[in-house]
Amino acid sequence: MVSVATSSPAFDQQDIAIAASHPVNDTALPANDTGARIDIRGVDHWFGTRQAPLQVLDDVNLSVAPGEFVALLGPSGCGKSTLLRLVAGLEAATRGTITQDGTAITRPDPSRIVVFQDPTLYPWRRVRDNVALGLQARGVLGKERQRVDAALARVGLSEFADAFPHQLSGGMAQRVALARALVNDPRLLVLDEPLGKLDSLTRLAMQSELVDLWQRAGFSALLVTHDVEEALFLAQRVIVFSARPAKIVAELRVDLPYPRHRGDARITELRHQALRHLGLDASW
Amino acid sequence: MSAILDNAALRGASPAGALELAEQAEGTALRAPVPRFDETQIDQLFAAPRTPALWGAGFVAALAWAAFGALTLRWPNKIVGFSDWAFTDELGVFALVVAALLAVLSVAGRATPPLLRAREALTGAGPWLIAIALALAAWEILTAKTGSLPTPFFAPPQALIEVYTDDWQRLGDSAVNTLKLLGIGFGLGAIAGFLVGVSIGWSRAIGYWVHPVLRVLGPVPATALLPLTFYFFPSSYSAAAFLIALSTAFPVAVLTWSGVAGVNKSYYDVARTLGASDAFLVLRVAIPAALPNVFVGLFMGLGASFSVLVTAEMMGVKSGLGWYLTWAQGWASYVNMYAALIVMALLFSGVITLLFTVRDRALAWQKGTVKW
Repeated sequence: MVSVATSSPAFDQQDIAIAASHPVNDTALPANDTGARIDIRGVDHWFGTRQAPLQVLDDVNLSVAPGEFVALLGPSGCGKSTLLRLVAGLEAATRGTITQDGTAITRPDPSRIVVFQDPTLYPWRRVRDNVALGLQARGVLGKERQRVDAALARVGLSEFADAFPHQLSGGMAQRVALARALVNDPRLLVLDEPLGKLDSLTRLAMQSELVDLWQRAGFSALLVTHDVEEALFLAQRVIVFSARPAKIVAELRVDLPYPRHRGDARITELRHQALRHLGLDASW
Repeated sequence: MSAILDNAALRGASPAGALELAEQAEGTALRAPVPRFDETQIDQLFAAPRTPALWGAGFVAALAWAAFGALTLRWPNKIVGFSDWAFTDELGVFALVVAALLAVLSVAGRATPPLLRAREALTGAGPWLIAIALALAAWEILTAKTGSLPTPFFAPPQALIEVYTDDWQRLGDSAVNTLKLLGIGFGLGAIAGFLVGVSIGWSRAIGYWVHPVLRVLGPVPATALLPLTFYFFPSSYSAAAFLIALSTAFPVAVLTWSGVAGVNKSYYDVARTLGASDAFLVLRVAIPAALPNVFVGLFMGLGASFSVLVTAEMMGVKSGLGWYLTWAQGWASYVNMYAALIVMALLFSGVITLLFTVRDRALAWQKGTVKW
């Protein structure tokens, strides 16, 4: 992965919006050579009222290097998805700071795109118009329309550009959601259990596709999952969280080259470690 | 079998099926060699059943229409105190012509393509064609032929023909005026209701003030305000337009509001992370997502506006089909009332059909929709 700091030292000081709209000179989607750097410092988060507060995050400290793929693993309902919403800028943390390349994250920005567990495609838009959503929202659709077709081609759905979402299968819909994210050339892709609802075969295929897309585009990726194998197959680092309130209990470095092999002895070993941190190693 | 369906679907026999099948065959399976097979197999599979020589229901309908025509022509009208019903012979001849056409279609329908097409278009209506002839015959017997249903409250079918030929100008004017008033009132009401619904669904502040007003005043029937508005408004016409707008706006506002309020919250999250402005969220997310509800509101508003429209025309407005009804009643001309009611039924039904056509176009993305 290319580091931002060496290629463009002045970049950290610049507004992140510049990166989102950097010049496009290729008809294909240009590889984004600058993944975002994310720093999460001392983040606590509470839900609920003053009378019945519910703490979901407890002193979370985490950094994502530019172009790094980090997976957040933890029991379901522990607060990992909340952390993603904070990183995306959809909510503000109760305490602590989250920065992107040194700039505090206060609101959603198209340089950080979220892919949710549900594809949440707009049912009234055809596939092509769903993918074009981000460009249209920022008023650049007229200029960059060719990117829509390029993104659709990248997820292998060019033939379904004119279909309505209800005509697609779950796997296809999630691939459209990926294309809708990628068309914006994000610097950080936030993945909230994006493959959680797919059947296991489609899931395996899409895990490989995700690795491929990430390697080609060079964005940083933050993936929430409760599938240990998925985390180990995709990510360079796996952060293991405790049950609510979520606290980092371990960090596993997956020092394996891509493409990875699911049967790799090292993966089996790391899986055992991860399950031990989650208190589920009895069956392994 | 599966291979046949596969290929048929991919050839475009069913687009939805093709997508599913393509999905099943996703990846490497798509590149697997497709076994070749005989085209005639598919033709047999999808061949329509051969049309029989005689169209049974059509033939029975022809007999029924012939019987209706014969009894109209041959059975003398019962004369009650005044001159005979006009257009009796014309009605009989018309029935015989219909009978002849149906007979030709049912016996020789397979002779030429145009005849076959006409027959296929009418096939579904066969039982209705029989029922209509029988109902007309019963109506004719009970009124003109035996007088069992007394005049002037009841009239035979030929009396309606007389009204339409003699009074078509006044009826036509009334229909046009009704449509005009409906268009003004319903149009303004739909726009106002839509804007109110979107703003209370979107803005908490506007909702705080408008929602209670809507809850208390909305359910009051617009007709209850009729005397009041006739007093306040400069003309009864503008008062009627206002009331029609009011009766339309209430259901449109409530349903638009619930549609906007019920939009899946993650639709907003998606748009916001993609850099959408508030205007984009309203115009491109909230409103399209609420559109199915808006159309339910428009349908309900249309029903309410019909009843207010006719009442207003009967009470104060000096034109329109409602006015025609009271005018005909003043002359004790019940035949004219029946004629006007039929025009009204066709007109309002046509307006609703138009609304549903627009709806079907706007909501083409929906899977299954309410039928009209």
